[in-house]
Amino acid sequence: MSIDDQTAPAPEESGRRLPEMSRRRLVGYLVAAPTLTVAVRLGLDGVAAPPAEAVVPTLPGAADLFDLSDLLKLAAQPTSNLIALQVTSDGLIHFALPRAEVGQGITTSTSMLIAEEIDAPMSHVRVTLAPARPELLYNQLTGGSNTTFSTYGPIRTAAAIARQRLVKAAAQKWGVPASTLTTRDGYVIRADGARLSYGSLATAAAATTSSATEVHLKSPDQFKVIGTPRNRVDARLSVTGQKTFAMDLKIPGALPTMVCRPPTVNGKVVAVNNAAEVRAMSGVTHVEVIRTGVAVRARTFGQCISAIRALDVTWGPGTIGTKSDADILAEVKRAELPMVVPAVPLLAKTIDTSFTFWFAGNSALETNCAVADVRADSAQIWGSFKSPITAQQRVAELLGMAAGKVKVNVTQGGGSFGRKLFYDAALEAAEASRKMGAPVRLMWHRIDDVRQGRVHPMSTSRVRATVLGTNVLTYEQRHTSVKTDFTHGLGEVITGHSAELPVGDLGWSETVFALSQMTHYNYGVTTQVLNEVDGGFNTGSMRNIYSPNVAVARELTTDQIAKLMKKDPLAFRKEFARDKRSIAVLDRVAAVGGWGRTMPAGTAQGVAIHNEYHGVTACLVEIDCTTPTVTRKVRDAYTGPRVTKVVFAVDVGQVVNPKGLEAQMLGGIMDGIALTLTSSVHLKNGTFLEGSWDNYAYTRQWNVPPVVKVIIMPSTSHEPGGAGELGVAATAAAVAAAYGRAVGKLPTEFPVNHGQPLFFEPKPTVPPVPQSPTNGLTFY
Amino acid sequence: MPQHTFKVNGKSVTVDAPDDVRLLWILRDILGITGPKYGCGINVCKACTSHINGRAFNPCSVPVGQVGPDDEITTIEGLPATVGKELHPMQEAWLAHDVAQCGYCQPGQIMAAVDLVKKVRKEGRQITNADLDQLRNICRCGTYTRIREAIRDGASKM
Ligand code: FES
Ligand code: FES
Repeated sequence: MSIDDQTAPAPEESGRRLPEMSRRRLVGYLVAAPTLTVAVRLGLDGVAAPPAEAVVPTLPGAADLFDLSDLLKLAAQPTSNLIALQVTSDGLIHFALPRAEVGQGITTSTSMLIAEEIDAPMSHVRVTLAPARPELLYNQLTGGSNTTFSTYGPIRTAAAIARQRLVKAAAQKWGVPASTLTTRDGYVIRADGARLSYGSLATAAAATTSSATEVHLKSPDQFKVIGTPRNRVDARLSVTGQKTFAMDLKIPGALPTMVCRPPTVNGKVVAVNNAAEVRAMSGVTHVEVIRTGVAVRARTFGQCISAIRALDVTWGPGTIGTKSDADILAEVKRAELPMVVPAVPLLAKTIDTSFTFWFAGNSALETNCAVADVRADSAQIWGSFKSPITAQQRVAELLGMAAGKVKVNVTQGGGSFGRKLFYDAALEAAEASRKMGAPVRLMWHRIDDVRQGRVHPMSTSRVRATVLGTNVLTYEQRHTSVKTDFTHGLGEVITGHSAELPVGDLGWSETVFALSQMTHYNYGVTTQVLNEVDGGFNTGSMRNIYSPNVAVARELTTDQIAKLMKKDPLAFRKEFARDKRSIAVLDRVAAVGGWGRTMPAGTAQGVAIHNEYHGVTACLVEIDCTTPTVTRKVRDAYTGPRVTKVVFAVDVGQVVNPKGLEAQMLGGIMDGIALTLTSSVHLKNGTFLEGSWDNYAYTRQWNVPPVVKVIIMPSTSHEPGGAGELGVAATAAAVAAAYGRAVGKLPTEFPVNHGQPLFFEPKPTVPPVPQSPTNGLTFY
Repeated sequence: MPQHTFKVNGKSVTVDAPDDVRLLWILRDILGITGPKYGCGINVCKACTSHINGRAFNPCSVPVGQVGPDDEITTIEGLPATVGKELHPMQEAWLAHDVAQCGYCQPGQIMAAVDLVKKVRKEGRQITNADLDQLRNICRCGTYTRIREAIRDGASKM
């Protein structure tokens, strides 16, 4: 991997005026408190619509002017209450971030923003995760890669005001003008070198009355921390096993609890036939029916598993009956909207493509889980929640309590990828704790997470393009999908701001689609439309919602158009790309990846672009589809084609932490490879067949490309874009393109192995969880 | 209820539990040792990887009745003490390469890495790409490339 530190400006940089937010005077508030406390509103800065500078035949789509991250930033503005930064007498700087850390590195980047503006070492900054704060309304949602984008200005403002205040306090103490003082490493420094630590000034700098105050932020050329590679602030906790996840919390009395789940998706309990017998089993304390199954509480999770396996439950049908993959595909196909190609000259050629994307699982490694302690008139919940306010409201509704009686504590999360926007385990834990009259530490078994957890919806993408000579006259994409569930809070954001959005009166999913799908190429009249069918599934996003699928269809079709025009895929993209930054990233991956080199039979290169969240990406991939590689054996595994090289270039505007950005791209690359080649769930007779990581083939070490290079382009804007999901789409598309060229056939369903015979024996659905093996001393 | 005595991270412990409760739950739910993580409970994900008598194993798949007073279990918490340092060289390598994202898989990854290095040492050879390809530990955050780099680095300092 490498970070591109070449400083040659990107081609379009010279002639363009960039929004200079950094020079604006920004307002924050001094809060009356014992030690220095500063507050700001999240989303302080106006939404700067990116300048639509290019004069092009394709009119910009909604997402080109105002995308999903703008929506989430807008949501962070008028409704938001204050977030506070406090300096204490020990010199530490405290900040409770109203977001969830699930591995994406926002506690690290937030520490960097604070260290930068306050002039203190990062080791003096303590960023914690705020519990649900209902007064923040829409502004506590971690999704759409919005965190850095929404908090970049406000958090720096708070830190800069704190610094200003510390300088003033030192000036008063010394009786010198503030203008003669400087700050560094957590000290205010006098011209003669005398120093006062921030800790020693924390009380004197505190305000006695609250008031608004103004401050200038540093300009990017003054940055010492922002833009420099930093390690994660929680790295040591992670490698020593001390990082505390929800199931590691020691909440008094919160015993292990698991749920016996139905044999089909969302099936219902009709009767429990041996509850008393199971209650009498070793270690078991409670057996209670909850809305999703039969909850069992025991001294250990091992005893919960044994109890679940012993339960005799009569089950009723679920929400999808006994349908299989083919039934759902037929429903999706019936809902496909027609193309409406405008009249084109008779000589124009038409290219039609159609792709299927099967269901995929979005499980993190940490399964769904939550701790709940429900008392008669109040409740406490612990877990990793990206939408804690909605979680709090739903738990309160379930318990029939006022929201204020439910405290939702946000813990560190073991991955999310969309899963932790939901709070399914919190609802179950609350219900179980109330019915049992005891605190519970509720965890889903892995097989529950795969079979009853949320899936990324099945979809199809159809494209029709018309080509005349060397021009593309029209490009229409019809994306049709099983409904994505947006009831985790993002839906409310959309409703609350619908009047301000450039997409008119659309439903939630359609709004997200319109706001996230940018126009990538000058393809004449361009339309991209989403239609959904409600399938009764538990769905959610999965490190992005539509983009990876839409991008695969677009980029594969783009290769077809290039082929028709007899143009090289890379040259074609450079000629037709709408955003000049796309040309720059394409040039970099082509140069570093050696585009066009001769490849042996059965191997090939592919290239793709994707723009989203104010970021621009390109990916070059090499793949090996030769028989010895595809048939290589690893115990209990699907191996398949091997991606041998990935070169990925990203331009995300102002980079806060290049190391964090690189890590996010690397994770996205692994996801993109899995989506295209290996990872899906198979629906059969109302149940998903996969039940473990040896069934659901997410990228494993035997699939990892031996060569991976991430290139971070020099910033082309002073505002940071989102990065959490940005790596997936271009990779998925480039892998698909390379695969198609290596095997000599356009792939039309993803992952490409979905239709092959299963490589595993599906586990039974009754009992719903497998017993743990007993041969662990000899089998590793 | 049966009593079980064995060593964990250098200390002898005794627990009351049925023979068939798997060690992972004894460690996590009864002894409060939460470094080994749950990811599957069926010896697949490798998030719980720890060491028994110096070699890697998965406590989710070992009934407590199978271990005795002479068995020495090491979890991520006890790894530094095996080299008498504050951090094991493999943990240092993990920090140097800033491997972790969410961190959930990483205790298991590090314990598996240490075991792999020891194994190839015993075979009198260096770690190859093929060895790294065989590692089964899932990382759903996709940190695999950094894991490979850190293992080679950590091996050179072990
Ligand atoms: S929990 Fe032990 S291998 Fe997955
Ligand atoms: S770091 Fe999150 S699962 Fe590996």
